Amino acid sequence: MVLDPEIAMIRLGYGLSPDSPQAVDADLLLASVATARPDADAIRMADIDARRQVENDLAAAARKPGSDKPTQRKSARMRRETIWMAQHAFQVRVARAVADPVGFGERLVQFWSDHFTVAGGNRFQSLIAAAHVDEAIRPHLGGRFSDLMFAAETHPRMLTYLNQSGSVGPNSAIARRRKDDDLGLNENLAREMIELHSLGVGGDYTQRDVRQLARLLTGLSYRSGQDRAFRPAMAEPGADTVLGVTYGGNGQASLNDIRAVIEDLAMHPDTARHLARKLAVHFVSDDPPADLIDRLAQTYRQADGDLSAVYVALAEAPELAAGFRQKARQPFDFVVAALRALGMRGGDLRQLDRRDSNGRLLRPLQTMGQRWAMPRGPDGWPESAESWITPQGLAARIDWSMRHPAKLLGDLPDPRDFLRTALGSTASQSLQWAVPKAESPREGVAIVLASADFNRR
Amino acid sequence: MLSRRLFLKSSALIGCSAAAHPLMSSISFASAPGENRLVVIILRGAMDGLDAFQPYGDPMLRQLRRKLSQGPDQGATDLDGFFALHPALSPLMPLWRSGELAFAPAVSTPYRDKRSHFDGQGVLEAGIPSEDDLLARKDGWLNRLLQQMPGARAQTAYAIGLDDMQILDGPAPARSWAPEAGFNLSGQAQRLLEHVYHDDPLFQAAGDQAMEIAGAGMQVEQEDPGPARDARMLARFAADRLNGETRIASFSISGWDSHANQSRIIGRSLQRLAEAIITLRDTLGPNWGRTTVLAMTEFGRTVRENGTGGTDHGTGGAMLMAGGAIRGGRAYGEWPGLAEGDLYAGRDLMPMRDIRAYAAWAMRDLYGIPRDALERDVFPGLEMGDNPGVWA
Repeated sequence: MVLDPEIAMIRLGYGLSPDSPQAVDADLLLASVATARPDADAIRMADIDARRQVENDLAAAARKPGSDKPTQRKSARMRRETIWMAQHAFQVRVARAVADPVGFGERLVQFWSDHFTVAGGNRFQSLIAAAHVDEAIRPHLGGRFSDLMFAAETHPRMLTYLNQSGSVGPNSAIARRRKDDDLGLNENLAREMIELHSLGVGGDYTQRDVRQLARLLTGLSYRSGQDRAFRPAMAEPGADTVLGVTYGGNGQASLNDIRAVIEDLAMHPDTARHLARKLAVHFVSDDPPADLIDRLAQTYRQADGDLSAVYVALAEAPELAAGFRQKARQPFDFVVAALRALGMRGGDLRQLDRRDSNGRLLRPLQTMGQRWAMPRGPDGWPESAESWITPQGLAARIDWSMRHPAKLLGDLPDPRDFLRTALGSTASQSLQWAVPKAESPREGVAIVLASADFNRR
Repeated sequence: MLSRRLFLKSSALIGCSAAAHPLMSSISFASAPGENRLVVIILRGAMDGLDAFQPYGDPMLRQLRRKLSQGPDQGATDLDGFFALHPALSPLMPLWRSGELAFAPAVSTPYRDKRSHFDGQGVLEAGIPSEDDLLARKDGWLNRLLQQMPGARAQTAYAIGLDDMQILDGPAPARSWAPEAGFNLSGQAQRLLEHVYHDDPLFQAAGDQAMEIAGAGMQVEQEDPGPARDARMLARFAADRLNGETRIASFSISGWDSHANQSRIIGRSLQRLAEAIITLRDTLGPNWGRTTVLAMTEFGRTVRENGTGGTDHGTGGAMLMAGGAIRGGRAYGEWPGLAEGDLYAGRDLMPMRDIRAYAAWAMRDLYGIPRDALERDVFPGLEMGDNPGVWA
């Protein structure tokens, strides 16, 4: 099925660019999903753990009495470079989103990383959060949801972000050995696995299911410098019953029980609806038609949780065109769409120096309300247009549009050409009227970027 | 879908059906909404009230918590022989002594059992009896207060910061801004943008406000650095507005979700809360005497320490009150106790009163809103009960 290329690029991708393809179909969209797999710049846990080891050793050497200046400088430099690595990972995210001709795969990277929200924090937490995207999200974008969910839930950053790493079965071998330490359960990951990642808060579950899942998850843990194997000594002995199904209890606790419960959570009918609704809300409308949700949920169930089938159903949904411009672009999407429309290349963004990547990308995103990798909570970023198009949020977009394109590009395009590049045939009459009347190319380009047409999708 | 708030606001601005609009008749420069000021701080992430105001006089506390909330022995300041103030809140002790700081130790919204932050905050800001209506009700109780206030105008109320503040969403006009926002536009660029936004109510309303506020140069001057800088900026911006025509301000402070290493997490957040309140007091000057600050969180946390030096999502918790307008220096409301049979669901502090009742009595005593309007319109389903006497 051939899609309207402008609608598909704007609604399912990061908008139009001078390199936009002339025709878009489902195959091209799925090719874009495949393109979003980890690349040579991917951040990996093995490298992070190795780096942390070297950094620790250097820091210990620098702290020793009588350590020399070069050692101390080397240690400080290494710490700075770790911070810079996390920032560079952000630039690679922007670069890949700018560079993909269709952009659907990178939109899905953003969508699923938000569904399985983890946050940055200190330099290693930020790097590990980037590894979560590269190791857990990107490899599973187009496969079965249960594989994506398993990878996302068991990744080190999820285990530390939602406090699973310290959750210990009260009757586990470790808890019995270390009686004075008061080791016990932490139900944070278990709660969000059900409430946010699978059934949804409206789903058919109780506090008892959360508690039982928390018991079942014990043994999942991450500590830097240790291997990532399941730790039976931390696991609560005995069987646990989650949503009426009993797991474990025969012999030693193992990761297989956790894989089994995730498979069941992923294939629960409430999960199909929850995911269908989230996709519809993200790609179609803050208040999506019930019929669309039903169809996506049904596709999900019939395809046994295969996400690519759901993506095709979404791309071919007539609601995609009917709901045009009902969504507001989130700040990251806005900046990426602007950079694409301005004709910037992925390579330009990978090579941006630290000052520019801070001043022209990271800090503006924060003022627009989206501090990179630091959503307010594990439910991720809000979806509604009203959450973003506030007076302060819009002010930050206007400010960015006025100040940064000229600095990033040097030479700005003619605003009338830029209007066609950025919005194609979709520009409104009032924008077409206004842009030629701007007093300078800088203001003309800014009016396109700050317009409602460009900030909606 | 367009926001009802912004749609109504912008249709009021354009002036269509202005006469029929119920709010238009109250837009009057002559009748200002009085001198009393209300600041509502939403503590996102569920503050552990038992750690902020430590009930060290309850013998069960030591059995439930072995590292956290250790009372005056571990640096907390005794308040009344039963409760002690967390060390990070000690900058507020002068306020306690002068009767400008109080708290209710065991309150909650009507939200129960699922303990989701997001639904919990939704119920708190919407001011409704349960999460069932959350999808249908996207307005907030401060907005419904504005609808009851004679003489309320858009600048009467400010939502401040980059976080979405549902508490002020709704049909009554209100302002929204972040201290760090701003831009420079030529006159021509501004006119062209206004033209471009004209047919999109959401962009038109946000753009009009942005241009008005940015044009008025309302940025906060340089704020001293430090871990509480963002909270001080919010408070200073709020106080600057409250020294002008604004009477109601709301912002949020996040960072309370202390599942692990609670002492570090809550210490940082309490410091930000304390500095926000001190900044409000210092910047408000003489107006502090007419000011009430309510700091509310979506729910409390488990009474038992968990296995990772933290606490999990609970039910009952504490509300902090401050300001020159309150009768402080005391704890308000009953204490449920911490024995097994006293707890909610065997794990949480039992809430002894609906947190909305305190907010309702504040509106009654500060703005003279009638009780039936509070129980029906502002907080549907609330029974206000007896006046706690915080403002009376």
